[in-house]
Amino acid sequence: MKFASRLVSYDPAPGDRFRPIATPIYQTATFEQEHVDSFGEYDYSRSGNPTRTVLEKHLALLENGTRGFCFSSGMAAISSVTKLLRSGDEILADSDLYGGTCRLFSKVLDRGGIVARYANATDPESFEQQMTPATRLIHVESPTNPLLRVVDLRRIADLAHAHGALLCVDNSAMSPYLQNPLDLGADIVLHSATKFLCGHHDVTAGVVVVKDEKLAEQIYFVQNAEGNALAPFDCFLLLRGMKTLKLRVDCQQRNARKIAQFLAGHRDIKRVYFPGLSEDPGYDLQRSQARGPGSVMSFTTGSVELSKAIAESAELFRITVSFGSVNSSISLPGTMSHASVPPEVLAHRELPLDLVRISVGIEDEEDLVADLDHAIHEASARALVATGAEFLR
Amino acid sequence: MEIALSTQDLHDSTVAIHGGRTLDSHASSILFPLYQTSTFVHDAVGVDKGFSYSRVSNPTVDALEKAIGALEATPPAVCFRTGMAAVTTLFLSVLKSGDHAVLSDVVYGGTMRLFREVLDSLGITSSFVDTSDPANVEAAITPATRIVFIETPGNPTLKLTDIQAVSRIARRHSILLAVDNTFLTPLLQKPLQLGADISVLSTTKYIDGHNATVGGSLATHDEALLERFRLIRKTIGTTQAPFEAWLTLQGMKTLPARLRLHCEGAAVIARWLEDHPAVERVYYPGLDSFPQKSLAEKQQRAPGAMIAFELKGGLETATRALNTVQLCSRAESLGGLETLITHPSSTTHADLDPDLRRKLGISDGLIRLSVGLEAPEDIIADLEQAFAAAACVGATEEVSHEIR
Repeated sequence: MKFASRLVSYDPAPGDRFRPIATPIYQTATFEQEHVDSFGEYDYSRSGNPTRTVLEKHLALLENGTRGFCFSSGMAAISSVTKLLRSGDEILADSDLYGGTCRLFSKVLDRGGIVARYANATDPESFEQQMTPATRLIHVESPTNPLLRVVDLRRIADLAHAHGALLCVDNSAMSPYLQNPLDLGADIVLHSATKFLCGHHDVTAGVVVVKDEKLAEQIYFVQNAEGNALAPFDCFLLLRGMKTLKLRVDCQQRNARKIAQFLAGHRDIKRVYFPGLSEDPGYDLQRSQARGPGSVMSFTTGSVELSKAIAESAELFRITVSFGSVNSSISLPGTMSHASVPPEVLAHRELPLDLVRISVGIEDEEDLVADLDHAIHEASARALVATGAEFLR
Repeated sequence: MEIALSTQDLHDSTVAIHGGRTLDSHASSILFPLYQTSTFVHDAVGVDKGFSYSRVSNPTVDALEKAIGALEATPPAVCFRTGMAAVTTLFLSVLKSGDHAVLSDVVYGGTMRLFREVLDSLGITSSFVDTSDPANVEAAITPATRIVFIETPGNPTLKLTDIQAVSRIARRHSILLAVDNTFLTPLLQKPLQLGADISVLSTTKYIDGHNATVGGSLATHDEALLERFRLIRKTIGTTQAPFEAWLTLQGMKTLPARLRLHCEGAAVIARWLEDHPAVERVYYPGLDSFPQKSLAEKQQRAPGAMIAFELKGGLETATRALNTVQLCSRAESLGGLETLITHPSSTTHADLDPDLRRKLGISDGLIRLSVGLEAPEDIIADLEQAFAAAACVGATEEVSHEIR
């Protein structure tokens, strides 16, 4: 079955006696037991809930894994994966990493004696040199956030396995529709489902999918032991949002390609970071491992002030963190989503302060281009006036 | 698995929690699932599992209907999107062009509007009479009358109608009697045991109790009527929504406990109001001064938690007092955890002809209070400062001290 069909053709309520077309919301904390000494399939919603089961099974299938787990946020999902590590273990992560993940790795895990190191995963040779015998987990995003670098996932998977480490890929920017890291050799794929999977900015959720049954047992143990599984109502909303994943992403990508071309041709834009442009260094690799470039991109202007003014002058592109929603958004990662990167980590990574990240929604492509065109024009004029005032003073 | 005990053997507080319990056979969840779905898959053409389309019926709404039916001691009730949807469906179910209805003149203003704006133009006529005297009902009945609809206690002056007496009249004329029991709920008054045919509830009020949903219900022992209600509901699409039904199910579990507290608080506040020099008059069925106290004792299990009172000084003073309250909320509706205060002559009954308002006892100084679950002392302190600010009376140091 093709992806579009798989998205909607799952059993929404296995075993349900009424056969509803939408999954029932089991908004319940506990379940009655038939006998005192044996439990049914469900006993307590932290441990398992029928609404969540439908979602988790559906996601496992979409990512070509065997088991899926849903958490109360993307960070909760990432944090749960790190529970596979012990004191003394090391994480090697790509240096262009979401700020929140960076904060978790460097400011929380260190208290448990886990060391996080960062290196540029788009350069596998030097990346490999950072592996130590203690490296247990490699964590990458691809394309990365916010520089949209493409990491060779097959290569990094081989490298991880050669050193006895696990590869975990944050697939939030792609969704299972565009990329399936488990098929490329990753051991764990995770998502901030808040992004494309949900698509409507009405749920905060995280997903982990694995293939290996032993790994699945360990993740389940953490989910149950720590109690950060996704709530039933959020599971329902996510199931609902995911039905239109392909429709949304198809439209977002179409719009994104138009916008990337517009930006690449604009004289006030210095550089566009988007693996959908044929001149982008990640273009060929992206085509070899994913089914599209996605709809998140970044660009620089050469001036922090100008970048700020563009974000503030845009109207359809709203200033928000997060991405992947039906609404277009615009942000300055250096001061927003990646402000939580510890300074000592920041010193070793490339994060231009004038970098603008946009997430393209499903609005009309002409309106979106016109909005950016107007915002850049407005911002440039403002910058010119400011320069003039400076000159006169 | 349905609960094995007959709900008739259980106390009301147990029925409120277990009455609608329909254990889900698939997962045995302690709470009934929320079936937020519009449609259901059929096993074969024409073969479904009892549910086909949520406008017609839905498992979660079904669970609420069982729960309300258990409280009413009837078969499952029929639930609606709002109280007005319930009332509208009721009248469309039993009346046709040329028919006539007799109603209490103290029914909710929305019910009056329904006749004036909608049913009138369908050729359905109505008489609004003072049903506190059953002879007025008798006199209003014509050969075209099909239903008598009363609300007791009435809104807002809590005027009572003798359900038993009116039911005898309705029976003699072979017409239906419906009672809007929203102010008391089946826990405090059982219209069907007193001879009524249909019990009407706005579940928005005490049944939900948390000001979280809007909804209505119709209950009766008459299976043919229930079928008729379901047919009309399906036809005009006034069915309750699954999420609202689920929230209502959760809310009504504490109904017995809430009502006990609501009534306790109301009794304290009513007595305090009666003794207050700024207050001209208090309407509360639990007070000795209430003219129909003996009827309240006969047909109600408690006086309820709605109070109406008149401030000396009329409209101006009442407005000032209403604008000065801090704890009490100026809001329509009633029966929730929060104490609500309203000014009927300018809000709920503003549409009425001023002469009729006067006839119904709705003076410009009349204030209605839905007593919530705050500590009665705090509500009293709030009213005291509002009365003082409205200069109804100089609150002495002594009085303020005593209250705090």
